Amino acid sequence: MNLFKLSWKYLTFRPLTTGLNVLLLAMGLAIITVLLLIQDQIEKKMTQDAAGIDLVVGAKGSPLQLILSSVYHIDFPTGNIPLEEAKKLTRNRLVKSIIPLALGDNYQGHRIIGTNHDYIKLYKSELSGGNLWKYPFEVVIGAEIAQKTGLKIGDKFEGSHGISVGSHGHEEHDFLVVGILKSSGNVLDRLILTSIESVWYTHDEKGSEDSEGHETESHQPIVDLFHAEVALSGFPETDSSRELTSLLIGYRNPMAAIQLPRQINSGTFMQAASPSFEMLRLFELLGLGVSLLQGLAIVLIGISGLGIFIALYNSLKERKYDLAILRTIGASRVQLLFLIFLEGLMLTFIGAILGLVLGHTFLWLLISQNDQGVVSNLQAWIFLEEELWVVIYALIVGVVASLIPAWSAYQTSIAKQLTKG
Amino acid sequence: MLFESISLSYTHPGQKTIVFPDIKLQEKESCLILGKSGSGKTTFLNLLAGLLVPETGQIQLAGTDLTRLKGQELDLFRGKEIGIVFQKAHLLAALTVKENLELAHFFSKKKGQNLDSLLAELGLASKADSSVLTLSEGEAQRVSIARALANEPKLILADEPTASLDDENAQKVIHLLQSQASKIGAVLIIVTHDHRVKSQIPHYIEIQ
Repeated sequence: MNLFKLSWKYLTFRPLTTGLNVLLLAMGLAIITVLLLIQDQIEKKMTQDAAGIDLVVGAKGSPLQLILSSVYHIDFPTGNIPLEEAKKLTRNRLVKSIIPLALGDNYQGHRIIGTNHDYIKLYKSELSGGNLWKYPFEVVIGAEIAQKTGLKIGDKFEGSHGISVGSHGHEEHDFLVVGILKSSGNVLDRLILTSIESVWYTHDEKGSEDSEGHETESHQPIVDLFHAEVALSGFPETDSSRELTSLLIGYRNPMAAIQLPRQINSGTFMQAASPSFEMLRLFELLGLGVSLLQGLAIVLIGISGLGIFIALYNSLKERKYDLAILRTIGASRVQLLFLIFLEGLMLTFIGAILGLVLGHTFLWLLISQNDQGVVSNLQAWIFLEEELWVVIYALIVGVVASLIPAWSAYQTSIAKQLTKG
Repeated sequence: MLFESISLSYTHPGQKTIVFPDIKLQEKESCLILGKSGSGKTTFLNLLAGLLVPETGQIQLAGTDLTRLKGQELDLFRGKEIGIVFQKAHLLAALTVKENLELAHFFSKKKGQNLDSLLAELGLASKADSSVLTLSEGEAQRVSIARALANEPKLILADEPTASLDDENAQKVIHLLQSQASKIGAVLIIVTHDHRVKSQIPHYIEIQ
């Protein structure tokens, strides 16, 4: 028998009260854990995916939408921009690098992105098999796509128009998988990459049926084009009037950050948006919801702290005689003080551990319910340093809740208590 | 002399000072403390147990002056050398019978006597692992005696140990206290006004 075991016996002697308090505390801590995990991972992912992209240029509309659609590939694009306008930017002295993107198709809800090899270099991604595309309709798929769809090198698939599932299919020409990227934890994992030409030709074939405006004005016979090599860097060569969705731009110097967005926004029909600025704005918008949840969690933790206090205090009233008896068989005041603290600490420690487990399990459930989008890319079983703090905060709640009961246990006069008997 | 209390006095706030008679006892001797209710019997017992501090006088137990010990030292000495039996058993409800006894060993940091054989001697062997909530009043009182004896104390104090028991159980309890006290060579002091006890132990001190 020792103090630890004695505290434990007292806790398990009142399973309902103990259970309720542990559960309340665990709920509060679970919410905080989920928030911590989501916040940490989304922020990391957001920064990682936007690394190297200083500015995104696309059709006028919501700048946030432009960033979400072109950098993170989650929202719908704002529209298209003429190739000619886009090409003019390459001559701008403030622009160091420029990567064109053409969106518009999907395969089972996974986006097919028309771009050039620079896009893969931007993320320093490597192939795990095969090679990059060289001809139209050749695609390289992200690691997650390969895993989810089961596509292998040499497989053919049919893209559907639009960027979400359920759009009607392009029956005319299949895409051919020529390479698979290694998993790198960034946005490329869940994209199907191909040349811009592929995206153009897919829509050309649809002809006038295509209402979204990729007009067929090609002067060359299409069949020849299908077997010509595509542009591996820069813009594809074409003599017809073509369109792109957006451009990812790297600045040449810090001056560009001030001048270039203004030049584009006022001087052209396109808009420029900075990923870091828009994401900051997004987090500010989300911040309200997050602080609301945090508030709820704190209220829950507060209530559980109060619950623990009341439970300890009430049980102490019943136990004053117990404590007096312990004193008569040799326990010191300090040991009794310790006994009560230990009880509060054990209660909150169990609550904290349960809270962490609940938090991770909840996130895991959330992820398993969403197989696409941002949430599906989160990891449920990553453990953060902050979670240690969650445990420490919980223990502080335990200490604070046991302060008064422990003090009153310390003060108990044995003789008085026993003669009351 | 194993036990000696000399010129003890105590004043409850707002009441007149009580002066207690001296007690001198050898090993294995027992003694009753009699008196009307309100005469200060329980106060006397609390003084002897070191639960209250007397205004004057000293208490010698096995060569140690109890009144000079303080705080943790006193708690530990009490745990090791004094066993107290109360009117009600007051066992810790969260624990089993044996765990209640183990507590005495833990807090006094003393090995004490073998709990299983102690329980067997008190006729409680089959109850060792039962919750104390399942015990009858007589059994509970015997467990509380076992708790007082667990550390083989030099002084056994009992405060009205038979008050709530029937004749048969009262008889058993007195017999147990006496036989155990003489077995471990302790002094036994019983505060009571129970005539069933008086007939068993002739030596008594009366508080006026």
